Amino acid sequence: MHIVVCVKQVPDTKIIKINPKTNTLDRRSAPAILNPYDAHAVQAAAGIKEAAGGEISVLSMGPPQAVEIIKKSVEIGADRGYLITDRAFAGADTLATSYALSKALDRISKEHPIDLIICGKHAIDGDTGQVGPGIARRLDIPPITNVIEVTDINKETRKVKVKRKIINGYELIETEMPCLLTVEKEINEIAYSPMPNMIKAARYNPVIWAVSDLEDVDKTQLGLKGSPTIVGKMFTPPKPEGGHMFEGAAEDQVKQVIDVLLQNKELFSVN
Amino acid sequence: MPEKFDVIVVGAGPAGTSCAYTCAKNGLKVLQIERGEYPGSKNVMGGVLYRKQMEEIIPEFWKEAPLERPVIEQRIWMMDKESTVSFGYKGLEWAQEPYNNFTVLRAKFDQWFAKKGVEAGVLLINETVANQCIVENGKVIGIRTDRPDGEVYADVTVLADGVNSLLGKQLGFHKEFRPDEVALTVMEVINLSKDKINERFNLSENQGCTIEIFGDSTKGNLGTAFIYTNKESINIGVGTTLSSMIKSRMKPYDLLDYLKTHPMVKPLIEGGEAAEYLAHLIPEGGYHSVPKVAGNGVLVVGDAAQLVNAIHREGSNMAMASGKMAAETIVEAKKKGDFSMDTLKGYKDKLYNSFIIKDLKKYKDATHTFENNPQFLRDYVPMLNRAASKFFTVDGTSKKDKQKEIMKTMTSERGTIKLIKDVYKAWKAVK
Repeated sequence: MHIVVCVKQVPDTKIIKINPKTNTLDRRSAPAILNPYDAHAVQAAAGIKEAAGGEISVLSMGPPQAVEIIKKSVEIGADRGYLITDRAFAGADTLATSYALSKALDRISKEHPIDLIICGKHAIDGDTGQVGPGIARRLDIPPITNVIEVTDINKETRKVKVKRKIINGYELIETEMPCLLTVEKEINEIAYSPMPNMIKAARYNPVIWAVSDLEDVDKTQLGLKGSPTIVGKMFTPPKPEGGHMFEGAAEDQVKQVIDVLLQNKELFSVN
Repeated sequence: MPEKFDVIVVGAGPAGTSCAYTCAKNGLKVLQIERGEYPGSKNVMGGVLYRKQMEEIIPEFWKEAPLERPVIEQRIWMMDKESTVSFGYKGLEWAQEPYNNFTVLRAKFDQWFAKKGVEAGVLLINETVANQCIVENGKVIGIRTDRPDGEVYADVTVLADGVNSLLGKQLGFHKEFRPDEVALTVMEVINLSKDKINERFNLSENQGCTIEIFGDSTKGNLGTAFIYTNKESINIGVGTTLSSMIKSRMKPYDLLDYLKTHPMVKPLIEGGEAAEYLAHLIPEGGYHSVPKVAGNGVLVVGDAAQLVNAIHREGSNMAMASGKMAAETIVEAKKKGDFSMDTLKGYKDKLYNSFIIKDLKKYKDATHTFENNPQFLRDYVPMLNRAASKFFTVDGTSKKDKQKEIMKTMTSERGTIKLIKDVYKAWKAVK
């Protein structure tokens, strides 16, 4: 059983600042992290490996420093990692990204045939959720998105049963491997990695491929050239108006808050 | 069987990283454990990094390390409520290589320094807490971390786990601190444009200034405040011994607020935006508080060994020097194949023969003297301010008469004998 998890390095959007002039993300303002949904994807793979055996590879496309998130994936439980990095990949939208990743997956599967691909449901910097299904389409395997539980996986029959989140509840879906899952955060909790994993990750150097290491690549489908997405306009949502800032020493501020609460009792009363 | 290393270093501050780096450079297999998300994320200091001891570890580090500004001016303020007596030194020789010292932001600097260690071969593991030393037959043989399967083993374990060294306490190397052995310092990083900083502190491009403030900055309590210029921010902070804080019922953040709104300080930071708030304990017990620093299979470095010279605000440099000495001792021990106390006590000898313990010894009674004689900061600083005011105010009195008058007020306020005694006490404490 060979599981490949696709992971992305993203700026930590909890703390990122937005350049007020260009309305783009000021990437220097936030540390780069493993996309949280992808962390859950790796954890899901680790869970499957524990139950059904096998091995876990992670694959990422990004700048050389994306090595860090591959190491992070090894901490969570990946056995090995691949990074495709090349100037030709730069500026890729989801179409070009899924193309490049599918070519890398082709090469990986030649060396180690792939049974299952897992992705996070989306990356927190773009929120599109298109790359996972895009890869599945290109590899011609079934995609199942928004997975919240892998209920059964059978190596002999090659059947996978999963629960998938929908608006009114969930769907139970069975499909055949190879297939691709994208996972929600609810699927698991990231475990506190054991020490041997930490040591292994600190030492680990992933396999790094450039475009020239991949086969049958149509270069016009890569990077900016292969990206039909056009950004029409970018804006920051207006800040909510109103509100009141309390000033003074902590005690004074608390007093002021209490005053406001007392003045507006009806708003806060339970009855 | 878990893997065994030559050295495990607990902590990735200046002491730990100096030690790990030097060990790795000498071909040892080093594991470094850091509890923070990354090295520097939990580390705090006012912000002055001394060149000399850093350079002994990484020559010409200033060419690549993330430093803020070389310090070319050091000011000292004796501050009263609405006045200050200031003196200091500004020298352009400090504006060029090899420099004297730099302002730094620890989160950036420590990260860079640890990365140099990793490049030298250190295996660095973040977000991991060392809970316990594993002791077997009276010898430390490794540590137990908070992770599953968390035991790791080494010939030597180096405790660089900071002021509150949990591991050192567990081994019985030192007791829980008394409140007069530690200072509690709080600080803020305030963002301010480069131009404003240069203008307000009278600096040119790539020049920095430090101000140490005594007196009303701590409301007369034993401690100091500081203002350091970074590239585009200012570090402002204040610290007093924990015991003073308890005695005078002060809250550290109130004291910082008081400092920030003080008429002597406010114009320097006005319009700035507070970016970070940090607080930390500083070991200021000095010579008498230095714990046992070497045992079977274990060494203690940096803040964990209480190596801070509070009078000269030196600490990170001592941390680095001690880390390096520990590393050198471990390299020798490895050659001998003996990691017992007999060999490792070589570190203690190095430490006690170096400037570190010599300096701590010089000031061994200083904190104690000042703690027990609050008049130094509480009474003499205002007195000095009044004297200066009188001396510099032109009011038709002859200078000679002024001097007489100043001496008279001083002796009458405190009493001649007491004054002479105080001068002697202060001299004795710092001689």
